[in-house]
Amino acid sequence: MSNNNVETFYDDYVIRGFTVMAVVWGVVGMLMGVIIAAQLAFPELNLGLSWTSFGRLRPLHTNAVIFAFGGCALFATSYYVVQRTSQTKLAFPLLARYTFWGYQAVIVAAAISLPLGYTQGKEYAELEWPIDLLLLVVWVMYALVFFGTIANRKIKHIYVANWFYGAFIIVVALLHIVNSAAIPAEWMKSYSAYAGVQDAMVQWWYGHNAVGFFLTAGFLGMMYYFVPKQAERPVYSYRLSIVHFWGLIFTYMWAGSHHLHYTALPDWTQSVGMVLSLILLAPSWGGMINGMMTMSGAWHKLRDDPILRFLIVSLSFYGMSTFEGPMMAIKTVNALSHYTDWTVGHVHSGALGWVGFVSMGSIYFLVPRLYGLKQMYSKKAIELHFWLATIGVVLYITAMWISGVTAGLMWRAINDDGTLTYTFVESVKAMHPFYVIRMIGGLMYVSGMMIMLWNVLKTVQAGQATLARIPSTVAHA
Amino acid sequence: MSDFTSDFWPFFITAIVIGGIVFCMLVLFLTSKSHDPAHTGKSTGHVYDEDIVEMNNPMPRWWMWMFIITCIFGVAYLFLYPGLVIYDGKLGWTQVKQYEQEVKESNERIAPIYAKFTSMKPEDVAKDAKAMAIGERLFMNNCSQCHGSDAHGSRGFPNLTDNDWLYGGAPETIKETITNGRHGMMPAMASAIGSADDVKNVAHYVLSLSNGQHDTSRAALGKEKFTACAACHGVDGKGNQAIGAPNLSDDIWLHGAGEAAIIDRINNGKSNQMPAQGSRLTPEQIHVLASYVWRFSNAGLTQ
Repeated sequence: MSNNNVETFYDDYVIRGFTVMAVVWGVVGMLMGVIIAAQLAFPELNLGLSWTSFGRLRPLHTNAVIFAFGGCALFATSYYVVQRTSQTKLAFPLLARYTFWGYQAVIVAAAISLPLGYTQGKEYAELEWPIDLLLLVVWVMYALVFFGTIANRKIKHIYVANWFYGAFIIVVALLHIVNSAAIPAEWMKSYSAYAGVQDAMVQWWYGHNAVGFFLTAGFLGMMYYFVPKQAERPVYSYRLSIVHFWGLIFTYMWAGSHHLHYTALPDWTQSVGMVLSLILLAPSWGGMINGMMTMSGAWHKLRDDPILRFLIVSLSFYGMSTFEGPMMAIKTVNALSHYTDWTVGHVHSGALGWVGFVSMGSIYFLVPRLYGLKQMYSKKAIELHFWLATIGVVLYITAMWISGVTAGLMWRAINDDGTLTYTFVESVKAMHPFYVIRMIGGLMYVSGMMIMLWNVLKTVQAGQATLARIPSTVAHA
Repeated sequence: MSDFTSDFWPFFITAIVIGGIVFCMLVLFLTSKSHDPAHTGKSTGHVYDEDIVEMNNPMPRWWMWMFIITCIFGVAYLFLYPGLVIYDGKLGWTQVKQYEQEVKESNERIAPIYAKFTSMKPEDVAKDAKAMAIGERLFMNNCSQCHGSDAHGSRGFPNLTDNDWLYGGAPETIKETITNGRHGMMPAMASAIGSADDVKNVAHYVLSLSNGQHDTSRAALGKEKFTACAACHGVDGKGNQAIGAPNLSDDIWLHGAGEAAIIDRINNGKSNQMPAQGSRLTPEQIHVLASYVWRFSNAGLTQ
């Protein structure tokens, strides 16, 4: 428990790398998103080339934003948070460096292989088996570094942020191994280990838990550190943390089958998915409440602190999309929303609103501290980023709501004679203006991200990498 | 139950689902009880990274109730609907039953609208404006995806307006086509005809049947080899609707015109399928739809 005599420093080397790369990949991945949004509105932009076609670029977009942008942000913040809240430096510093280079290698391999058409055909798990194996190795090293650091902690309790980061690391490993299980046929070609509806179920067990553990648990970890830090307020309720953590961990695992309502999946599997998705509402909101209430007493700070604004808006979008999700999991609602843009809007309300905003807020907090500065190069640029991103998300999700509900209602409209009122192409025509609005929303969002990249690079230029000393007196805990 | 190879798994899943919900409620109750409510506004004493303090405020009541109510709803749903693998639910609901029920209700609802046309001859149905409006909607819903909104078809999908019928254009035949679908199969004929040069000659003969651009000397040579084709397409190449063999003399080319396309057909044959609609549409609907399709090539008769 005592480390008073030995002066040591936190190991922030890879954190700097991951932080800057998160922003770089954010720009790349979101730009891809705008390109494919433009292709949906104006199909000529597929350019008639296989490797610039929507089918190839869409997985590139999803992989780049989820795993490259989101993943780098999670690596950076988890390494930062676990050291600070354990008051010790990273275990296995060499492995930590390998995780950086290994993870970047996975991203580059994805960026090359996906446009070339190499895919396992599983959504969010497209990467072929050799890249999967590399990712697995990186992930095992990540787990060793993270849990090794926890084991070395100088603080008695494990901070709540680390519960969520830990759950994220363990479950993502489990998901990746089970869902990517495949029989290799040759280099860059394999066949799934599962068949038919089992394959679909494993895929959506993976798919929804990628949302639950990668995009939710991991970023809740981020929220639990950066919100109290930036607001300079105590975390609202420890026991709320306990209840919503365990509720989240159990229920997310079972929610995946709501992606397969009214399919060949057995009725009971669909029902279990729906019931546990509904129960998931309260545990999800537990996180939002804990974050929001941590802010109480510091609301006035929102007026002139754009970073805090990023964090609080992210919590609002988190609350909104975790209400929307259970609702969409109800079979009768799903019968309308499934296969429409409503789903796309829902995902982006979580991805752009929650994951994007909480990462941006956290990165704006991190960058100056990692480079020995008090604040970012330009506060005005953060303000501008905030408004571009906020208006962008709102345009995006409202366009998709309208487009999705319109299409869903058109598809189910029936004439007296039993025929469908609208042909499919009429629904496509009705969706078109909203595709253009969505593209504009995306364009605003990525513009904000480009401003962020400029701001981060300017800050890095102005500062210099400094060693952060581990506090010599161990705090009481 | 047949979803699993062993009887163990249904119990395993049931236990985890029920146990999990119970676990959630237990964590909620124990955590809310184990701390004195007087802790409001008090710290747990945990301090992280020098200044992160954790309070131990009670959980919001409304939130606890929301959690409890969703769990109660979940248990009630699992009692009424299939959800626990070992128990089918009180209501006996299945998605297949729901689907069949909805189809049945829909068919009953639309029956009166079609009843009037069922006793009419297709030729008369084709003159009825209301029937043709229904026919157009049926066509747009079910046929236009392949045959096009204007029924002119495209490569591989027959034009329905040109009076060139693979299987015949009588209303009854059209009805049969819609109900049961069609599967056209031409075998690869290269080996029956001979060398590559022979195949090319036959192709030129086939082109000559419709006065297409061809080499007359090759066509003459091809004519004798055409006997292999005549079995289906007829000696005169005018086809045979009984087996769906196309007329080769009318310059209508479903799978592509010209020498190369014909050589490809001879060498590789062709299999082309129209799916049956009998399970998707009622006989009464097919009656109206067939009349509508018949009208495309008999517009003069219905004026």
